[in-house]
Amino acid sequence: MTTPTETLKPESSRTAIGSLPGRSRPGKRRRRVRPKNLTYVLLVLGVVATLLPFVWMLLGSFKTQGELLRRPITWWPEAPTLENYNQWFTNLHIDTFFINSLLVAVVTVLGNLVFCSMVGYALAKMDFPGKQFLFLIVMVTLMVPGVVTFVPLFVMVSKLGLVNTYPALFLPFLAGPLGVFLMRQFMMGIPDSIIEAARIDGASELRIFTRVVMPLCGPPLATLGILTFLTSWNNFLWPLVAAQSQEKYTLPVALSLFSQGQNATNYGLLLAGSVLVIAPIILLFIMLQRYFIQSVAATGIK
Amino acid sequence: MTATSSRPRSAATSRAGGQRTGSSSRRRRQAFIAWGFALPFVALFGVFMLVPLISSFAMSFTDFTSRDVQNPFSVGFVGLEQYSRLFANPQFLHSMLNTGYFVVVGIPLTMAVALGLAVALNSGIKRFRTFFRVGFYTPVVTSIVAIAVVWRFILQPDGLMNTVLGAVGIQGPDWLNSTTWAMPAMILMAVWRNMGTLMIIFLAGLQNVSAEMLEAAEVDGANAWQRFIRITLPTLRPTLLLGAVLLSVGYLQFFEEPFVMTKGGPLDSTLSISYFTFNQFGFGQYGLASAASYVLFVAIALLSLIQFRALRSKD
Repeated sequence: MTTPTETLKPESSRTAIGSLPGRSRPGKRRRRVRPKNLTYVLLVLGVVATLLPFVWMLLGSFKTQGELLRRPITWWPEAPTLENYNQWFTNLHIDTFFINSLLVAVVTVLGNLVFCSMVGYALAKMDFPGKQFLFLIVMVTLMVPGVVTFVPLFVMVSKLGLVNTYPALFLPFLAGPLGVFLMRQFMMGIPDSIIEAARIDGASELRIFTRVVMPLCGPPLATLGILTFLTSWNNFLWPLVAAQSQEKYTLPVALSLFSQGQNATNYGLLLAGSVLVIAPIILLFIMLQRYFIQSVAATGIK
Repeated sequence: MTATSSRPRSAATSRAGGQRTGSSSRRRRQAFIAWGFALPFVALFGVFMLVPLISSFAMSFTDFTSRDVQNPFSVGFVGLEQYSRLFANPQFLHSMLNTGYFVVVGIPLTMAVALGLAVALNSGIKRFRTFFRVGFYTPVVTSIVAIAVVWRFILQPDGLMNTVLGAVGIQGPDWLNSTTWAMPAMILMAVWRNMGTLMIIFLAGLQNVSAEMLEAAEVDGANAWQRFIRITLPTLRPTLLLGAVLLSVGYLQFFEEPFVMTKGGPLDSTLSISYFTFNQFGFGQYGLASAASYVLFVAIALLSLIQFRALRSKD
């Protein structure tokens, strides 16, 4: 578990090493074996139950409609078919939705990384009037439910003539409160002496920020990037009203509207659609799982 | 713009006043730079968060409807009328009860499951630990819409869920079409989807539990349960409360599950406050929707405040 992110929160990165191997002394081993095996059995049962819906979804996406309707339910597809996926790629323009989702997520991530680090630096390392107030306001908005800003936001976006445009999909999320909190907390831990030294050398604040501070901020940037990407990729309520024609739908919007239309009972197609929505994020998660889990622990603790 | 206008003045004062004003001019310069750093964020955050937040509050005291969008100044001020309409609306009261049900049952259940998983993963097992963590965390990263689509099939009367239940001799209900069982199904799904986050947070918290203390208690003859209740739980208290706050902010806003799976039915039995608000928005009742959303905001703020109080009281 020695990863670059370990510096972020030492106590949280130890999650994987809680076993304290030295504790089970030889004399006690016999007594401990049984509860440990029981723990394994329970964990395996739990993890199987947790992942069962995904397995069923994946297997189901290769089945024909006839097989999906048959009772009792079947597990392994009898005559595996790619027809459901074929439909999504040829007739249903999943590539458009995919590109929309990706575009919105990437822009949102970049916006948050840049804007939140800038304000985070000011809040952590500079003195200015209104600083406490700014931080307080940002923290309070962490608790604001989405539906509160939803109505005026929609009125505003429609007055600006932005409904059904890309900016409408990402503008409201470019600068979120969570990023400010994360960046500020981390930057507070950067020693003042480093920054003072750069100031004495005559570096401008912008230069200090880009050349001294940001290179140290890998861990919180990774955390913020992952969390923002995840939230944006899975975001549903806002894109549902902001995107009003098919060429602007994101993946979840497309899948949701599709699942309610005339295709509501086309199970194979819906399962394949779900796989296509979930697969990219699960692949990303498996590749970056250590950072994902770190990011949860980082925001959770403190 | 502001920086250039300040420079001649601060230069003049520093010449007159010596070192003290010199540092104050430097301070002012730093304040300008600091606000410069904050500006892009503040501008976006102001326009897309604070303005809507305040307008929504203002709107809740007016009769704003979708017809007033082109001409916002024609709306009338109606005082607390939207709020009194809201609390006289049986559907809204029903949605409050539903949200309460979801929160009161869902939060303890999610926390108990997550704590169980965290303790199990922390109990000294070494093999497959990463696999377990990844496995239990996977539902967290997936899109709720995709999940809901899949769960709708799983929860069909003769679907996967009831097949599995049938294997152990339980006759499962028609989950999503039963006013009794639709909400438990939502809760079950929420537990499944959120236990991973809490498990990770609790695992981090468990690292603060003193191994020496546990060892000493064991030597003194305390059994596993006693050690858990007397040592582990008290140490974990701040982490548990943090988990409760995170969950309540999320669970009080519960919307997407019923939106995709039940449309709030059957007979409004899974209609949440967020869902009610969304419906009013759809009907063009913007004033009423804003009032409902502020009721929810106040509920979230109050619950968090109470929990933070509880968190702080002993530390």
